[in-house]
Parts: sequence; C-alpha cells; structure tokens
Amino acid sequence: MSDTHAETVSYVRETMLPEQEPPVTETGVIGWMRENLFSGWLNTILTLLSIGFVYYVLSGLLPWVFQSVWNAESLDECRQIMKATWGETHGHACWAVIKDRWLQLLYGFYPPYPFAPDATVDAPPPEAMLPAYFRPNLTFVLLFIALAPVLFDRAPRKLLIVTAIYPFLMPWLMWGGSLWFPLGIAAGFVILYLVISMGQVRLGSLLAVIAGVIAALLWWSVIMGYVTAGLDQVVPISLPSVESRQFGGFMLALLLGVVAIGLSLPIGVLLALGRQSDLFIVKSLCVGFIELIRGVPLITLLFVASVLLNYFMPPGTNFDIIMRVMIMVTVFASAYIAEVVRGGLAALPKGQYEGADSLGLDYWQAQRLIIMPQALKISIPGIVSTFIGVFKDTTLVSIIGLLDPIGLSQGIRANQEWNGIYWELFAFIALLFFIFCFSMSRYSMWLERKLQTGHN
Amino acid sequence: MKKSVFLGALTVAGLAASGAAAATLDDIKARGTLNCGVTTGLVGFAAPDANGVWEGFDVAVCRAVAAAVLGDATAVEFVPTTGKTRFTALASGEVDMLARNTTWTLTRDVDLKNEFVGINYYDGQGFMIPKSLGVTSAKELNGATVCIQTGTTTELNLADFFRANDMEYEPVPIETNAEAQQQYLAGACDVYTTDSSGLAATRATFETPSDHVILPEIVSKEPLGPLVRHGDQEWGDIVRWTLNALIAAEELGITSANIEELAKGTDRPEVNRILGSEGTMGEMLGLDSEWAKRAIMAGGNYGELFAKHIGEETPVGLARGLNAQWKDGGLMYAPPFR
Repeated sequence: MSDTHAETVSYVRETMLPEQEPPVTETGVIGWMRENLFSGWLNTILTLLSIGFVYYVLSGLLPWVFQSVWNAESLDECRQIMKATWGETHGHACWAVIKDRWLQLLYGFYPPYPFAPDATVDAPPPEAMLPAYFRPNLTFVLLFIALAPVLFDRAPRKLLIVTAIYPFLMPWLMWGGSLWFPLGIAAGFVILYLVISMGQVRLGSLLAVIAGVIAALLWWSVIMGYVTAGLDQVVPISLPSVESRQFGGFMLALLLGVVAIGLSLPIGVLLALGRQSDLFIVKSLCVGFIELIRGVPLITLLFVASVLLNYFMPPGTNFDIIMRVMIMVTVFASAYIAEVVRGGLAALPKGQYEGADSLGLDYWQAQRLIIMPQALKISIPGIVSTFIGVFKDTTLVSIIGLLDPIGLSQGIRANQEWNGIYWELFAFIALLFFIFCFSMSRYSMWLERKLQTGHN
Repeated sequence: MKKSVFLGALTVAGLAASGAAAATLDDIKARGTLNCGVTTGLVGFAAPDANGVWEGFDVAVCRAVAAAVLGDATAVEFVPTTGKTRFTALASGEVDMLARNTTWTLTRDVDLKNEFVGINYYDGQGFMIPKSLGVTSAKELNGATVCIQTGTTTELNLADFFRANDMEYEPVPIETNAEAQQQYLAGACDVYTTDSSGLAATRATFETPSDHVILPEIVSKEPLGPLVRHGDQEWGDIVRWTLNALIAAEELGITSANIEELAKGTDRPEVNRILGSEGTMGEMLGLDSEWAKRAIMAGGNYGELFAKHIGEETPVGLARGLNAQWKDGGLMYAPPFR
C-alpha cells in the first residue's frame, strides 16, 4: 500500500513547519472584539447601538456625579455655585447635602456621646474619652468579628465565643442600660440548656424540652426581674441608655436587617422541618404560620406592629416600636426562608433520608449530619436572595414613621435649606444599600463554589 | 428592661382599659418629657436640623406646651408620624398631643374621638401652574392634567371644584410632596394642587420660582391645628390655652423681647393675668402662675413664630393673610383671659 502511495505522491514533507502566529484579526483585543462584538452585520449594528446608548447615559451621569458641588450651605447656594462655575448648563449634583447630613443618614438621631445627650459631633463634651458614635461603631465592627467564624471556615474557632456573646452584647451596646439585663436573658438560655441536658436521662427528651422551656420562661417573666434589680443595686454596671426613637438612618436599616437575617434562618429551618414533619399538629401549625405570613404583605405586618398592637396594649404602656418592627420583619423573613429551605429539602433524593436511617441515626442526628448540610447548600442562592430582599424591605418602615434613610431623606428635604433636593439623597442611600447587598451576593457565590462537590 | 415591660404589659393588658387616660398631665410630669406627634418632615412646619433638633411652626406649639407644663422647651420627645399613623399614635397614648398640620374636620373630631384645641394655621387648597401656560384663573383649567396626592382631602376637593365648574381634568396620582415637585417640574402635569402653604414652600425651592404662579382661587378650607384625644379635658384645656396665650400675646404686644419687663407688672390687667402677676389662671389649669410666660418665651408670640418659620422673610414666604390677628383683618382671635 505504501508503495503505490509513494509512486503517486511527488513530494513528501519531512519536517514540521514551525507553528505560526495566529492572524492579528483572530487574537488579542481585535480578535476578541471580532468574535464578541462584531461577528456579523446584525451584531455589529447592535454593538454600535449599545455603545451609543452607554455613551448617552454616561455623558449625562458622569458630569452629574463628578462636576458637582460639595461645599454649600443650602440648595440655593449650590445652584449659585453651579451657575458661576458651569454657566447655565443643567445636571450637576449638589453633594453638599450629603456632606451636611451624612452622619444623620448613617446614625439617625443617635446621640454621638450618649452620656451627654445634648453634645454634638462639632461640640464634643470636654470629658469625652471615646470618639463620637463609638457604641454603634463598635457594635458594627463586632458584628463582623462575630460573623467571621460562621462565614469563613478559616477564621479561628475561638471567635465562636464572640458569636455566642454577640446577641446579648449588641442590644446592650446599642440601647445601653444595665448590664445585668442582657446577662439575665442569657442566663435564661443557660437554664434552658441545663434543664434539657440534665433531664434528658431522667425524663426523656420530650419532657426535658418542655420542662426546660417552662423553667426558662419562668425565669424570664418572674424571677429575672428581681434578680437583675438586686444585682443592679449591689453592682451597678450600666451604659447611658438611648431611646429607640433616636435610632435611625442606615444604622436602623442595618439593625433591622441583621436581626431579621440572624433570627430568621434558624426559625426558618425549624419551620421547614416542621412542615415536613409527620406530627399532625406541628405540621398544621407550621403550614398555617408560613402560609398566613407569606400571604400578607410586609407593609401590612408593619402596620399591625405600629398601629394595631397599640390598641391591644393598655394605654400608657410603651412596647418599643423598633422591637415590634423587628419581630414582624423576622417573622416575615422566617416564613420565606422556611419555604426556601423546604425547596432544598425536597431536592434531596429520597436515598439520602433512607441512608441516614440505615446508619441508625436518630432524627436530629440525621438532619444535622446528612440532610441539612446538603439541603442548605442547595438553598444558598434562594436564602441569600431572601436576605437581600429582607434587608432592602427594611426601608418600608419609613411608612410607619420610623426614620430609616428613606424616612430621613424626607425629613432632610423638609428643611428650608435642602427642600427640593431629590436625586442626591437617593443616590447616596442606593450606594449604601448596594455595598451591602452586593457583598452578600458575592459571598454567596463564593460559598457555592467552595461547597461545590460535584464532578465537572 | 424592654422585654419585662412587654411581658408585664401582656399580663395587665386585659385589666387596665382606659384608667391611665385620665391624668395625662401627671404622666407627663412623671416622665419629664412631652411626647408630641409631628410630621416626618414638612417645610416650615416641622423638620429636624443637622443635629436632629426639630424646628418649625408646628414644633413651636409643642415646645410652648412643654415650656408651660415642664418649664423646659426642650423637654419634648418628637414622634414623627405619617398621615396614616397619626391618629392611632394619639389614640393609643403613644403621643400626648399632635401638632401635625392636621385639618379640623367633623369626622376627625367626633368619629375618631379627638379634640381639636384650636387652629394655628388657616390653610386652603390652591393651584400652581407654570407662568408660560398663560392661565390666570383656576376656572380656565378645563382639560388640564393635575398632580394630586392620593388619599387626602385635597383629592376630594379637586373633584368637587372641577365638577362644580363643569370642567374636566386628568389626575396624575402621586404619593409625596417631593415626588410631586419632580413630576411637576418634569412636565408630567400642568397643575400641582395642594394646600397653598405647601405650594408656596414648594415654589420657593424651584430654580426659577418666578416662572410659576399660584392661582388666586382657594378652593377649600383647611384649618390646621393641634389636637389631643378624648377623655382628658384638663389636658385639652392646657394645650388650648397655651395656644391661645401665644395668639393673645401677639394681640397684646407681648414679645420675647419685652416679656421680662412686662412680667414685673403693668397697668394692663389682661397682660398681668396672662403673665401671672395677677389672678390665678395658672392654678386653675393645674400649672403654676408663670406657665404662659414660659410658653411665650419658648419661641416668641404667635406673630414671632410665624415670622420666624413661615413668614415673608423666610424662604417659604407666606403672607399673614387669614392668619393675621382679627384686628388686622385676619381670623386669629384668642378668647379673653379672664
């Protein structure tokens, strides 16, 4: 065969040609553009149209953002400066309002120095040792320290102590008051734990849980008040207290968001498990709760918190409005999380449940070791988008008169100096929210990649 | 602390229904602060400044009451309320009084069980249009598109006015005044209608206010005033007569500049009775004799407050008009202190 071939072919290449550079039009920037932007006449037109559109938007937006006034006392002054600098052209931002009010947009009316309520940032009290807004800032920093061991497995495990303390430390730092109150609340959980773990053997697990809950409730509602009051007289440790009315700005949004997010995940998981339970009453309660809360808009729940609950209380009692709103937002988020987690549970093949059973694990062991790690991993995108949604929904509290950033923007506009200013405030608020929501979104993508165990 | 309040509240929720409503004055004195419901922000009437201190024409009423009752014009806890939450905040006891540019109507007074204690601003609904439209009267607005805040009395007044004059209009519903400003300036509507004080304040913020005119027609009565809830007449009396003291002070020429001198005693009996150097007016109200003096000193008399917050020298630039003293042809008329 090779012989015949040799006769018909007049020339055989004996050496390989050196590899050639690909043509200029196929590599680098040009190649990329040809492939991705100009790969046909239709795509070329679309690309040019898009470029034109982007240019049109940016040519309006960038001068507005960057050719702007930072130093002015009022909108009128801003306009005069704009006129003097850029003539009659329109479209320049007046960021002076942000410069004037950014502390208010961040902290609301929270006193910079809580021990001296009348002091301002510009006129700190002489005995001030700590910088302004130290308490909320510390709370904010501690939040990340407390979150670190939960979010990143490479963070030192000892930080979990901070995580455990944080739920009790945070309210104390923010609202102030006696240290014994958060300690008393924490003691209730210790009682709960002790009764359950000690009763496990003697009473069986169900009775132990019931006994523990009763003991803890007794402690919180009856005994704790006397004990903390007594301790307060013996060793008075307290921070100057700050009224809930003074909370506001982005701090309020963050506070509501963090509480709702932190509490709704465990509650949501329990609700999701309850919904899949075989116990009829547990199941009906969970289904009823989830469907009721999901069937009602958040704003309705907020009105219930702000308006209806007031009618149920005796006149004069002042059950903190922020506490009421926190409960409602948490309840709302929990119902949504429950459904997201249920989606994760439903996506697990039946074999996983049966495998857990065949290993002889009891219900909680199976959930903890086999079911939940997989179900939660599946649900990460859903959970995080629920969180982002809840965080943004906190701006709805402006409708019931709480001064979150949106509510404050109305208050700021009501000043004669800044009346008529609109986009600058919203742009600043949007930026604040974007930073947090975008970080959450990136974290969840990172977490998904990290937990990726499939083969691909 | 908060939790125990809550749990405690639950236990007694069924028992105490209305007992606590009776002695608002005692509650305020025990608390040391007056809880006053204000708007979340309205130019000239109530707004927080950069340090979170509330200022404005409505706020001044709260401060005067606090000064009269507690002797300290800053002892006020301002509770921002929206149009939707204001009456429940008052009825539930969350606030002791509302000074929140609230129109006095029969249903709000009677059906919602409030007590309006007086009027601190006579407002009325007006129309603002761009001058370029060339319209000089609201009766020429047939076929106009109108920006209107939903769920307010202005919406109903507008419908009434256009129907009464056999004209048609196209409403552009909006939620807040700020949104209305944007829509109106963007040309989404020919006409913006709301209370004329609001129109003046809005126009003052435009880049070129002179390009817009407020039409002469006022199509509704909007008497705005502070209110308290039913059930505690003594407290209502205190708020009513504090407001009256501010109005009477202007009529009688008592200003924050000369009040110290007048308080020493004058040859005018009514001034003496108001300022406490004669008679026992304060004791009748359950206060001390210098209550009205403190209320007036908190920010000045009615005229001074008007000039400072919404008068012609301010950006809002409202003329006294109906809100002048009765001697000057207005409606401000305080009953006699006798």
